[in-house]
Amino acid sequence: MYPGKFDYVRAGSVAEAVTLLASHENARLLAGGHSLLPAMKLRVDMPATLIDIGRIPELKGISGGNGSVRIGALATHAEVAASEHVPAAVRDAAGQIGDPQVRNRGTIGGSIAHADPAADMPTPLVALDATLHLTGPDGDRSVAATDFFIGLFETAKQPGEVLVAVEVQANDVSAYVKMANPASGYAMVGASAVLAMDGSVCKSAAVAVGGVTTLAIRTPSVEAALVGSTLDATAIEAAARAVQNDLGSDIMEDIHASAEYRKAMATVYVKRALAGAVARA
Amino acid sequence: MTDRAFGASIKRKEDPRLITGEARYLEDLNLTGTLHAAILRSPFAHARIKSIDTSKAAAHPGVVAVFTGHDFMDLNPLPAAWVVTGADVHTNTPRALEVEKVTHVGQGVAVVVAEDRYTAQDALGLIHVDWETLPVVVDAKMATEPGAPLVHENAPNNVCLDWSIGDQGATDQALGEADVVVRQSLVNQRLIPNPMEARGCMAQYDPAGQAYTVWMTSQAPHVMRLLMTAFVFGIPENKMRVISPQVGGGFGTKIFLYPEYVLVAALAKKVGAPVKWMETRSENYVATTHGRDHITDIEVGATKDGRIQGLKVHTFANLGGTLSTIATGIPTTLYGRLLSGAYKIPHFYCNVKGVYTNTSMVDAYRGAGRPEATYVVERAMDLVAAELGMDPSEIRRKNFIQPEDFPYAPADNILAGLKYDSGNYEGTLDLALNMVGYEDFRRKQAEARDQGRYLGIGFSSYIEICGVAPSAWIGLPGQGWGAGLWESANVRVHLTGKVVVTTGSQSHGQGLETTFAQIVADELGVPVDDITVEHSDTQGTPFGYGTYGSRSTAVGGIALYNSVQHIKEKAMKLGAYMLEAAEEDVVYDAAEGKVHVKGSPEQAKTIQEIALQAAVAYDLPAGMEAFLDYTSYYDPPNCTYPFGTHVCMVEVDVETGAVKILRYAAADDVGPQINPMIVEGQLHGGIAQGIGQALWEGAVYDERGQLVSGSMMDYSMPKAQFFPAIETGQTVTPSPTNPLGVKGAGEAGTIGAAPAVVNAVMDALSPFGIRHLDMPLTAEKVWRAVQQKGA
Repeated sequence: MYPGKFDYVRAGSVAEAVTLLASHENARLLAGGHSLLPAMKLRVDMPATLIDIGRIPELKGISGGNGSVRIGALATHAEVAASEHVPAAVRDAAGQIGDPQVRNRGTIGGSIAHADPAADMPTPLVALDATLHLTGPDGDRSVAATDFFIGLFETAKQPGEVLVAVEVQANDVSAYVKMANPASGYAMVGASAVLAMDGSVCKSAAVAVGGVTTLAIRTPSVEAALVGSTLDATAIEAAARAVQNDLGSDIMEDIHASAEYRKAMATVYVKRALAGAVARA
Repeated sequence: MTDRAFGASIKRKEDPRLITGEARYLEDLNLTGTLHAAILRSPFAHARIKSIDTSKAAAHPGVVAVFTGHDFMDLNPLPAAWVVTGADVHTNTPRALEVEKVTHVGQGVAVVVAEDRYTAQDALGLIHVDWETLPVVVDAKMATEPGAPLVHENAPNNVCLDWSIGDQGATDQALGEADVVVRQSLVNQRLIPNPMEARGCMAQYDPAGQAYTVWMTSQAPHVMRLLMTAFVFGIPENKMRVISPQVGGGFGTKIFLYPEYVLVAALAKKVGAPVKWMETRSENYVATTHGRDHITDIEVGATKDGRIQGLKVHTFANLGGTLSTIATGIPTTLYGRLLSGAYKIPHFYCNVKGVYTNTSMVDAYRGAGRPEATYVVERAMDLVAAELGMDPSEIRRKNFIQPEDFPYAPADNILAGLKYDSGNYEGTLDLALNMVGYEDFRRKQAEARDQGRYLGIGFSSYIEICGVAPSAWIGLPGQGWGAGLWESANVRVHLTGKVVVTTGSQSHGQGLETTFAQIVADELGVPVDDITVEHSDTQGTPFGYGTYGSRSTAVGGIALYNSVQHIKEKAMKLGAYMLEAAEEDVVYDAAEGKVHVKGSPEQAKTIQEIALQAAVAYDLPAGMEAFLDYTSYYDPPNCTYPFGTHVCMVEVDVETGAVKILRYAAADDVGPQINPMIVEGQLHGGIAQGIGQALWEGAVYDERGQLVSGSMMDYSMPKAQFFPAIETGQTVTPSPTNPLGVKGAGEAGTIGAAPAVVNAVMDALSPFGIRHLDMPLTAEKVWRAVQQKGA
């Protein structure tokens, strides 16, 4: 539990962080440190330099208006969970990450950039079609959440880039539910549902599942089954079962949940996410 | 002094220093020039060490020295202090560092001593070991099968011990004649104890006095000194002082002598500077002992009306890759001898095979053998009840040992000559049923089932053996315990009237500084704040065997009580002299802390006045020695036998298999309670660990002997939000064994909880025809069972 030797520098701005990333070999960005530091203590991760971005003012804060919300990368899970601007599904996810200490230190940007397949936050962001804003040596760019997550701990963020903010459309007819790993608290199965209603009829639906495969994925079969439905219990049940068409064959497995169980629970938790979103309609 | 100190829920004396961070744990201790040790541990579960190249590590800047096992061949292997008969020829214990081969992941093979612990850790990566890996076995039953890899040459079929008690013929006959016989295989899974503080050790060697001072996280510092000096180092006991600083929990794991303690002491002499080693949590998972790990087959027979006729138990107990200090005593004496539980069972037979495997050492973990026995008995009761269609509370009632049966000797002499001291088992069952509203629950359960919801209720009417002692019992020929188990206490009343107690017991979270002070305050009539309890330093405390087995109050506390009686006798003699009264005309008023003339309370001398007179000694009765000072050694005639009934209510979500605890009620009888708040805290913690075993915890090894559940990210520690508020209730049945009637409360919660939870889940699943699932009852395991049976 003693990390290897590393240097530490602090960035005062995003521009400075980008410059520091360019000038340091094997450097890692340090935000809340809640994934990075444990990995360093186990010497699984041995960066030469930590670039601390934890105090950069422009990365902080949550601002909403005109139906959309911008969440700074340094917003803590506790801040996200308590924000009235943030869609309900994102609040649900943030409020279930770790424990109060973790939620007070861990950041949304850190969680997204780390891209743990069992993390909570990617799932609602994929369901909500969130946009991720990055700054790098070539300037700013935006990536859709569905394109950002590529695989196990793998994202579209280039080594020289800093994740600056998450932008997402406000929608409180949404929910995130999970079956927590009893040891780590991470999602063995997480599901998020985002609905748009036209009276009692579902106009559009976006459903994502995390923790089951190597990254959070959208579930087109479920979504197709929902559109035009009145979302009664039978319709939800049938739509949830359709998730089995979308999971593929690469299902994660560990000592806490087999692949077969994760698959079966995907149906249950999609159903519960849908019921949660419907209850907020 | 008006309110009695005995029975008062006063705040703990030790808490201010703990809460403010002023307590000094091992990690807080540093001597000038302290060097830091890091240990290279085997990444393989079974491998031969062909060679070790330490040259690069030794040349690393900041490294003082690097050693391998060959540098410590002057030290003996660690002793096994409890060697059950027959196991003596199969004994294999660790060395300071292993030399020829390793038998589990995490055994130390080299050590770096460096100027700081980061450098020491860096240098570990520069040591090259040439390994020859060997075949691995991790399962105790499989390890005994033909063709299994052999862990030690001297233990054929990997069997270290083969131990039997009871009457096999009579039990077979009873089972043959029983109306029903239920057979079941039960796994009591391996647990990782996880005390809040990991282990550590710091040592200093004084070349002038040729003596060691060793600070370590130990529950038994006197025993550590004895084992290290007499058995490992071969030096006189007075050449080593062992100190346990503030110890942050142990749950049994800190009873034992570990290789690192021997190693660090030896290093301090070799490098000529203080050396410190503090275990990381990752190391703790592989290098500190685990608990439980039994595979058991039971056969239990009963009459049609639910009277148990016989119990036959075959257990494979996993002992790990080498023997820890008292490893062989846990699955034998502390397990088999408790198999009568709270019940009159006419016949028993129990066979235990203790088995070597390529896993971490297994030894006492909170409850130590008694939770395993209670699990067998309490599951057996429910399995028979289910077979007969009986109410689980009724089958218990029908088989309970009755109050008039005490002292009670379990059948077939399985308790080896001892008898249960006292009990009223139906009393705690009735209390528990009232606490939870049993009839009402059964109604709700039926209604819920109609709605497709599955509620369950489970009972555990446990007993336990506490105050583990009688030296003559534990040391019976054939038992293998190599020492006594008495305790000691010294009491001194200083000239200011302040009292200093030194005890051989050790407190690592139990609150002994408070409860022991309460015993003295109650008997002597001085304020609790005037009493200091000193412990955990072999220099300055009388010898004691340490704190485990819920024995400190029932053994160490009685030694203390006895010392106070001697102090009072002397105080009365001196008080009478000061009052110019005859000795037979004065009494000791413990409520007031005074000696006064019978019938004339105003003619009195306070204990403080008497202590002053005794200390200045200007004017003492002829022949009286100065000072109020007495040391007692107490070896009880029997153990104590606390008991209780725990009731758990659960709801099972059959869609996911998730178990939710709705209520948990514990009706316990630990005898008179010195500090009910501390007792309740002990129960809460123990119950949390018992529930943890039932639902979540479990060490998992893969077939290569790698600990897959090697961190808290993978090992399911119970967390506060998993629990409902625990409801507690008490009955009080004093033990006739000791003058305070106290029984012990440290392990009751752990012993009672696991079967109550499992029984509750099985009750919830009974509509599916599910009779048994092994712990932990994870969501997936329950879901699979429901899928199979429900489909």
